[in-house]
Formats: sequence, structure tokens, C-alpha cells
Amino acid sequence: MYKIESKNVDFFYGPSQALKNINLAIKPNTVTALIGPSGCGKSTYLRLFNRMNDLIDNTKIAGQVIIDGDDIYAKGVNVDSLRKKVGMVFQKPNPFPKTIFENVAYGLRVNGITDKKFIEERVEETIKQVVLWDEVKDKLKKSAFELSGGQQQRLCIARALAIQPSIILMDEPTSALDPISTSKVEELIYELKTKYTIVIVTHNMQQAGRVSDTTAFFYMGELIEYDTTKTIFTNPKVERTQNYITGRFG
Amino acid sequence: MKTFYKKFSEKFIEGLLLLSSTITTLTVLLIVVFLFKEGLGVFNQKPVEEGFVIALNKQNPVNKLSSAQLKNIFDQNITNWIEVGGKKDSIILFRMEDITNYYSEEQIGEQYENLPQCISKVVDSLPNIIAFFSTKYLDKNFQGKQLDIDKISFKEFFSGKEWFPTAQPSAQLGVLPLILGTLWVSLGAILLALPLGLAAAIYMSEIANENVRKIMKPLIELLAGIPSVVYGFFGLVIIVPLIQKTFDLPVGETGLAGSIVLGIMALPTIITISEDAMRNTPRAMKEASLALGASKWQTIYKVVVPYSISGITAGAILGIGRAIGETMAVLMVTGNAAVIPHTILEPVRTIPATIAAELGEASNGGLHYKALFALGCILFIITLIINLTVEYISNRKKYNNR
Ligand SMILES: Nc1ncnc2c1ncn2[C@@H]1O[C@H](COP(=O)(O)OP(=O)(O)OP(=O)(O)O)[C@@H](O)[C@H]1O
Ligand SMILES: [Mg+2]
Repeated sequence: MYKIESKNVDFFYGPSQALKNINLAIKPNTVTALIGPSGCGKSTYLRLFNRMNDLIDNTKIAGQVIIDGDDIYAKGVNVDSLRKKVGMVFQKPNPFPKTIFENVAYGLRVNGITDKKFIEERVEETIKQVVLWDEVKDKLKKSAFELSGGQQQRLCIARALAIQPSIILMDEPTSALDPISTSKVEELIYELKTKYTIVIVTHNMQQAGRVSDTTAFFYMGELIEYDTTKTIFTNPKVERTQNYITGRFG
Repeated sequence: MKTFYKKFSEKFIEGLLLLSSTITTLTVLLIVVFLFKEGLGVFNQKPVEEGFVIALNKQNPVNKLSSAQLKNIFDQNITNWIEVGGKKDSIILFRMEDITNYYSEEQIGEQYENLPQCISKVVDSLPNIIAFFSTKYLDKNFQGKQLDIDKISFKEFFSGKEWFPTAQPSAQLGVLPLILGTLWVSLGAILLALPLGLAAAIYMSEIANENVRKIMKPLIELLAGIPSVVYGFFGLVIIVPLIQKTFDLPVGETGLAGSIVLGIMALPTIITISEDAMRNTPRAMKEASLALGASKWQTIYKVVVPYSISGITAGAILGIGRAIGETMAVLMVTGNAAVIPHTILEPVRTIPATIAAELGEASNGGLHYKALFALGCILFIITLIINLTVEYISNRKKYNNR
């Protein structure tokens, strides 16, 4: 049983096709890395899983994206509930202009939870989960903007975790961070794997190698190769994959 | 040679720019100084027009009367001296034309040559008289006592409840009804325009697709360019009769009509400024909210509106600013009664409308003229406060956005 499947997926921004016939299946509790040169469609593909591309005018999708057995683009699908199940962490830390506490509580509140004690417990629990608690426990009522970039990004991960999704999408989550913050986030991803299915876009090959179980290589809107990370990095079947990876390493 | 030209022309342009900015600054300063000099002049004036005398009988213990008391006496609202601190006697009013009740035309003389003596005698003979007449007819040996009249005080000016700048014998310069009228109408306008404007701004920035927005935005901006007389005309022809019918009033020219017209006029300001602010909400912030399963509406009121709140406030305040200073349209639809309004269904009069309506009939340099300038000063201060508030709010926004 796969957690996420995409079958013959095409995607269009207006007249221009950004994804061509993508077939891919992701097992639960794994980390999948999406790699490839800039503009090849990684973000576009990732954002299909929580229907974030719906926000862009004039877009069109063909094919099927199936999560937990259901086609998420079928008629009558509740997008808000889908997004509760599929959390997302963005490239740049983007906390709300609210307090640290309220940032993490936001997802709970918009989902109708009002029990104060429950919210407090869940907020504390998730902030601990992203190993941020010791750094912020004394300033939960301060603005989230007062945190460093790396702390903000971990806060954004906590914000996504608070509503307990089963899938987490990450679009270059460490590209705006320093090396120490980056390794903290990577450790976190490694731990989160036990509970969540994670799909991560990254330009950092070492990172893909460190955190992912499987890797998908995209090139100009096409999925060129998809295999275990080990195979992709040591023994890719397609030459273009090989070139890209060695190019990136070299 | 070439470099000389270049240097010369640079210096020349620099000089021109300096000159024009100096001229602008000086002009603004001059206007402000002139406004306040004329306006403050009102506190150097007496409410009784220059060239007129108010006189009492020598035996009358009353030595001073306020402007309001004078008005009430001559309007016969006060009929007994005891009400103004005198003896218990009925007040006898005497205006110049009343002289014929006491003396025949022959006695006064063809050229009124005996009029001063006649007046003097009348005042002397009636202990309860109060006389109002021109200084021209003040006898050299006048037998009564001329009443001492105070200059107009700040307190009288700002707390006076009546505005009759041309009342005889004593002008009533209470600006309270005008200030209240202005505030009432503006407040009503903003109460109408803010929800409507905010809704339109939210619709345009968050809901409408690009094509609808491309049509709506210029239309709304066009609304800002319509001359205010046109709005006034529209109000007079459509809104005033509508209000009259709906509320079954004797007249439809009311504060409410003013509020509606001003509200419509303030809409473009509110919509464009708050729409710009909302569109400036970073996309990432909205996406973060939606990605957490928040609905579009939750995202709007929990993220977009709080994020752009300073822009929205600035839009609202600038909208009020426009409403407060607006003259023509208000003049046409509010009925212009200078009384303190109790409901929005009564006629009111605003400061700018007063200035526009009365400046033409006020004699240059006179009391009325100066009083209108003082109104101008009040308006200037109100709008200054509004502009400073906007400045403060938009500065705070810069700081918050970092
Ligand atoms: N909002 C949009 N409207 C139109 N075209 C878009 C839009 N977003 C992306 N594209 C196009 O779709 C293609 C894929 O873009 P995408 O952002 O998915 O690439 P990416 O692999 O994530 O690149 P990067 O590594 O630089 O983030 C690009 O050619 C891009 O120009
Ligand atoms: Mg991308």
C-alpha cells in the first residue's frame, strides 16, 4: 500500500506544460527527495500534493494524484481537510506576525479547537518535538520575528506538525539556513520519519543522501529516474542522472 | 568650454530647484500664518459691532452683560433685570427706530439733528431701559451709561451653543454646533464607508480574479475624480428625497444625507489604500495559513487583515480626512442649520460649509470675517491631527515589516 501515488500527471501553467506524465509511488514512513536543476518542476510537483497550485490562476492538471487511496483532485474533495492531512514547510521561514505560541497554535485554532489546556499541551509538545523548546520557552509571548532564521524555520515545522498531519512536504527547507541550523533540521527530518511520510525538495545532494530513502530526479518537467537513494547516488541507470549528481558533487 | 557649460547648467538647475522649493515652503508658511493671524483676531473683538453702543440708565446696577445675555434680552427671552443680576423690574428695549414712540418727527428734526439729545433723554428718563444705537447718535453729554462689553473669550467661542454671526445687537459665535455637526457627519460617513470599503477591498484583493480587478480598480479610482458638486447634486436629487420619504420627515436635508454622500466620496480612498495594503501581504504568509487547512475566510481575517491593519487604518483616517474637509457636497445636502444636532435626521451644518456659505457676506476684516477664519484654523488643526496620525501609523508599519 502506497501513501502517495501519482499516475500520468501532467500540469500546465496556462499554455506551458510544467510536468509531463509523472508516475511515482511513495511508501509510508519514508523520506523521498526530489532533485533536479532549477526550473525542472520540483516545487510544482510537490505543491500538487496539498493542492497549493490551486491558488494560481489558469493552471490545469491531468492524471491522478492519490493519497491514502483517494484521488485528491476528484470532485467534491474537501481541500481544507486535505491540507490538514498534508502539512507543508516552505523554503523561506514564513512565521505569522503573531507570537511564537500563536504561530504554533494557529493550525489548531483554525481547525476549531478551543480547549485552552489542550492547545497549550499540544503547542509545548510540538515545540519540544522540533527541539526548540529550551530556546523559546521563556518567550512564547514574544513575536516570532524575534527568532533567528533557523529558529523560525523550526517553528514553522512545529506549526505544521501541531495539527498532526500524516504527510509533510518540504520545499528546500534549509536553503535559507546556516550549516548548524541545517543539520538540526536534518536530524529532525530523520526523527520525524518514524511518524510521517516526508517529501523534500533539495538542491543539496549531501542532504538528499543523508536524509532520504528514495530519490526522484526531475529534468525539464519529466521524471527521469526514481529509485532508492543509494542506487541513484551510486549506480544510476540514466546517464543524465549521473551527470547531474556528479556535477553537483563536483 | 563644454565643462563650463555643464557646470553652469547644473548650478542653474540646482538654483531653480532650490528656488521653487523655497517658494513653496514660504507660500505654505504664509498661508498658515495668515490664517492664524486673521483667525486669532476674533479674540480681540467685541461681539457688538464697532460703531454701535449699548447703554443703560445710570441708576441700573447692571454693569456687564455677556453676548448671550444681550441676545436673549433683545430676543425677549430675558424680560426682567433680575435675571441678569439687576433689580426686579421689567426690561424696556430701545432700538433706534423706537425713538418715534417718544418724540415726534419735528422734535427729532429733519436731518435728525436732535436725535442724540432725544436718545440721551429717553435713556435718562427710563430706569429700566436698555438701548442699542449707533455711536453716530451718541450725545456729547450723554446721560446714560455705556455698557462695558468683553472681548470674545476662548471659552465662549468653543462652548457657545449658538452660531449667529450677524445677530444684532450682539453676534453669537459659538462654534460647538459646527464642530459637532462636522464630527457627526464625518463619523456617520465613516461608519457607512468603512464596512463597505473594507468589503470591497477584500473582494478586490483576495477574491476577484485578475480580470474583474482590472475593471473594478480603475472604476473606483474614477469615483475619486468626480467633482464634489456632482456628488452634491446626486445627493440632492436622489438621497435627500429618499430620506425624506423613508423617514417621513418635513425636510430630507439632514446629517444622514451628508453622511451618505460623504461616505460615498470617502469610499475610493478607503478601498484603494486598504486594497493596496492587503495585496502587500506576502504570498508566503497566505500560503502558510492555507497549508494549515485554514479556509480562505479564516486566512483573510486571521492573516490578511491583521497584517494590513495599519494600511486599512490609514485608508480609513484619510477617508475621514477627506470627509471632514469636504465642502460643496455637504453644503448642498445637509440643510445647514447651525444648531447642535440630536439625531442624524436633523439638519446640521459643518465647518467648511459654513465658511463657504458665509464668507461672501462677511465684510472684510470684520468680526464675522475673523470668526470664519477662526473656523478655518479649527479645521486646519483637525486635518493636521489626522495627517499626523496617518504619518505615525504608516511609520509604525515600516518598523513592523522590517
Ligand atoms: N506561478 C507560475 N506561473 C507560471 N509558470 C510557473 C509558475 N511557477 C513555476 N512556473 C514554471 O514552471 C516550471 C517549473 O517551476 P518550479 O518552480 O516547479 O521549478 P523548481 O524545480 O522548483 O525550480 P527551483 O529549483 O528553482 O525551485 C518553470 O519553468 C517555471 O518557470
Ligand atoms: Mg522550487
